[in-house]
Amino acid sequence: MQKNLRWKLIMILVLMVVCIYYFISPKEKGAPFLSRLSLGLDLKGGIHLVLRVVTDDALNQELRQDSDRIAQELRSKNIPYAVSQKGNGYSVELTGIDPSRESEARTYLETTYNRKYSVRSSFAEGKTNFSLTLTPSYIRDTRESTVRQALETIRRRVDALGVSEPSLQISGIGGGDVQDRIIVELPGVDDPDRVKGLIENTAQLELRLVKKENGSLPGGGGFPSIEAALQANGGSIPDDYSVLPYREDRGDQSQLGYLVVSKIPVITGKDLKTARSGTDRNGNPAVNFFLTSDGANLFSRATEQHIGEILAIVLDNAVSSAPIIRSRIESEGIIEGHFTLQQSEDLALLLRSGALPASLQIEQDQRVGASLGNDSIRSGVMASIIGFGLVVLIMVVYYKHSGLNAIWCLMGNLIVLLGFMGAVGGTLTLPGIAGVILTIGMAVDSNILIFERIREELRSGKTIRAAIDTGFGKVFWTILDTHVTTLVSALFLFQFGTGPVKGFAVTLTVGLLANMFTAVYVSHRLFEMMLGNRRVEALSI
Amino acid sequence: MELFKQISIDWLSKKWWFFGFSWLLIVLGGIGYITNHGLSYGIDFTGGTVVYLKFKQKPDLDLIRKSLKPESTSPPLIQGYGNPSDNTVQVRLQTVIEAGKGINSGRTELIALLLKAFDPEHVASTQIDFNNTGADAVYKDLLSSDPDGLRNQNKTTGEMDSFYRNLAQSMINYRDKTGGGIVGSLDEFRSVPGVSNSVISRLKQNFYAGPFAIKGTDTIGAVVGSDLRRRAELAVGLSFLGMLVYVGFRFKPIYGVAAVVALFHDLAITIGLFALTRMEVSLTVIAALLTLVGYSMNDTIVVFDRVRENLRLLRKESLLRILNVSINQTFARTIMSSLTTFISVLSLFVFGGAVLHGFSFALVVGILIGTYSSIAIASPIVEWWYRSIEQKSKGKAAQF
Repeated sequence: MQKNLRWKLIMILVLMVVCIYYFISPKEKGAPFLSRLSLGLDLKGGIHLVLRVVTDDALNQELRQDSDRIAQELRSKNIPYAVSQKGNGYSVELTGIDPSRESEARTYLETTYNRKYSVRSSFAEGKTNFSLTLTPSYIRDTRESTVRQALETIRRRVDALGVSEPSLQISGIGGGDVQDRIIVELPGVDDPDRVKGLIENTAQLELRLVKKENGSLPGGGGFPSIEAALQANGGSIPDDYSVLPYREDRGDQSQLGYLVVSKIPVITGKDLKTARSGTDRNGNPAVNFFLTSDGANLFSRATEQHIGEILAIVLDNAVSSAPIIRSRIESEGIIEGHFTLQQSEDLALLLRSGALPASLQIEQDQRVGASLGNDSIRSGVMASIIGFGLVVLIMVVYYKHSGLNAIWCLMGNLIVLLGFMGAVGGTLTLPGIAGVILTIGMAVDSNILIFERIREELRSGKTIRAAIDTGFGKVFWTILDTHVTTLVSALFLFQFGTGPVKGFAVTLTVGLLANMFTAVYVSHRLFEMMLGNRRVEALSI
Repeated sequence: MELFKQISIDWLSKKWWFFGFSWLLIVLGGIGYITNHGLSYGIDFTGGTVVYLKFKQKPDLDLIRKSLKPESTSPPLIQGYGNPSDNTVQVRLQTVIEAGKGINSGRTELIALLLKAFDPEHVASTQIDFNNTGADAVYKDLLSSDPDGLRNQNKTTGEMDSFYRNLAQSMINYRDKTGGGIVGSLDEFRSVPGVSNSVISRLKQNFYAGPFAIKGTDTIGAVVGSDLRRRAELAVGLSFLGMLVYVGFRFKPIYGVAAVVALFHDLAITIGLFALTRMEVSLTVIAALLTLVGYSMNDTIVVFDRVRENLRLLRKESLLRILNVSINQTFARTIMSSLTTFISVLSLFVFGGAVLHGFSFALVVGILIGTYSSIAIASPIVEWWYRSIEQKSKGKAAQF
């Protein structure tokens, strides 16, 4: 019996040592002690963003591309049509097909697009119209992959910034059928405005040709207004072109102009191998880019064909510069703008990490200054120490030696809690600390239940040993019940909570589970040890 | 020490007193709810912007109010935050974000207005406010100017880089840790080890110590807010259901119902108190309420467990007496364990800082109410139920 007890006590001690090891040992070689447990954003300071990926952007882009492709294909097949355009909602509308060519057009559409669209036709005013609607499953898949791509792009950007321990996750706030929110947590960020700019910038780079007939303006200057651009092209812009804003430079002053540029890019950001911040001929900050071999092939062919024309460097649907092509360009180029050094460095970073597949909408932007986090740590630690001290005082005064026993169990509970958090690399938040404090208060509840029961059994005339054993035995189910109910509410809390609140649910849950072990099992063994083999006359309780 | 040695109080005979007291609290909360136009939700639920500002001197709340467009339809809410000696102010804008405008426009505008009111001389200045910048800007400035003349001491660029980076970081750390986020003047950095006079005089060219520091901001869009609110309601509702099922399963259904009625009672009173005091209901307060659901259940279960045991031991006794005996037997435990939990959340309330004020307030109140209700509400309901069945069937019904 006694030997058995010794083994049990050794096991408990080993477990405690393991937990202490996991709590204080460094995370990896060279890391400081206590580094396994990281501090949450609310304690360390940093930025927390909830971004909605506007997945409709990706769908609309695809619809526009498909309608252009259909138009092109029909032209090459010599099938006349009136309009091919993106419809309202998720469809491409094709109108004005001659009925005699209907079956031909239908065969083409159905063989090429039947996986992606459901094709419907209607007949009006002697012409056939087709309506291609994206299938729900395709819409969902595209949305999901757009969100995943956006996440990967943001991850590359954050990594390039060198933020330590960033956390990025996809979440389903809003309750749509697709989880389209990305939660970004960047602890300890120095310049949150810059970081936010780097994350939300789409960085869609396209090199497109300026319409030849409009391209004779010196220095690549544009039209003063959209109306002027329309007028110069006889009232309407051809299908293949669009008007884009352009901030042009005229000596000291810059003003907004407009350029008519081709819709079809020569190359896009996808053809970039890398980009670097550098300077232009005048020594102003600019971005040098280098193309992949495929991109270089396309680019050198296009520049050779269009010597003397103007190339628009389009960044997020605005022209950032419009140089004249003077000779064939192989594999590198330069983006001039009106950048500061920081801006050119950031643009290079964005181009290296690739464009976002859709724009982002910021739904939450929380910034915690390091000093605010510092205040929270200080008050959290203060509250823990005072709470713990007072509980110790009450227990020892009221239950004497047995109370001390409960305090050992409480410390064991905290060690297991911290050890577990360290082992899984948990994050400690301010509500998490509150969870620990609450655990301190609630953990001794089990001890109190047991002690009061032992007192009762002693009053009813049982021997000390018997009283302790019945005390522990009878109270076990009550303790289980009380723990289960609190665990159930902690579970729902975890399910619903975000960030810090989740931290609270985690420490509370782990603390309660550890308590089932320390307050019932460890405490019982401590009593046995206290009694030993001796005959005991009185129990200090 | 033993304070509650074998007490015998007839709790159930006092049930009308208890019910009266509970209704009084609930009605008071209800009045508070009506007169204060419902609860004051935090921006996590309504959407909006909160900015925490720490001032060098005692902040002039009226000047803040005057500078922030008081004529607008939803004027900003301005109040001291935390300890008055912290000179910290919380400014809350409950703006609905206009279409097309970025979510951050409210915050940017607010900061610009405050700068104009409190620091007019620096509005057009090219100098950087040291109290609102990061280590990076300081490091870059020092590296480019090299005030300590490392270049002349034949240091490598790497050495210079790390020297000034560390220097900038230690000044920022001084500001955040010793100064609580703000420094009165750049001269304070003389007490930071490694900072020379030439560094300070260089800093004074490009930096100044502004009158306030932005310690933190939080901007939440209305969509996220309403979503969180929906999820909070769902979580509270589901946890009620979970309790009902668990207790109903472990005991008899009526015990589950009684326990859940007691839960409703606890939450109604706690929420009523939030309405009465106009304290903000934020996400962490909901977390506290959910914790209460579990805690209040704890106490009720301890009593019910004892009732179950006594029903077996004291078969001849009436249910009324068994309930009374059970409450009395567990009374010492109820008081002691509520006391320890209460003490720990009280220390959280007093010392835990302003961030957790609402959270710990809910727990402090809830623990008192939760302890009271397991004695005063849950048990009388069980007794009333079996008495009314007994009257109908004239038989012995009080069984588990």
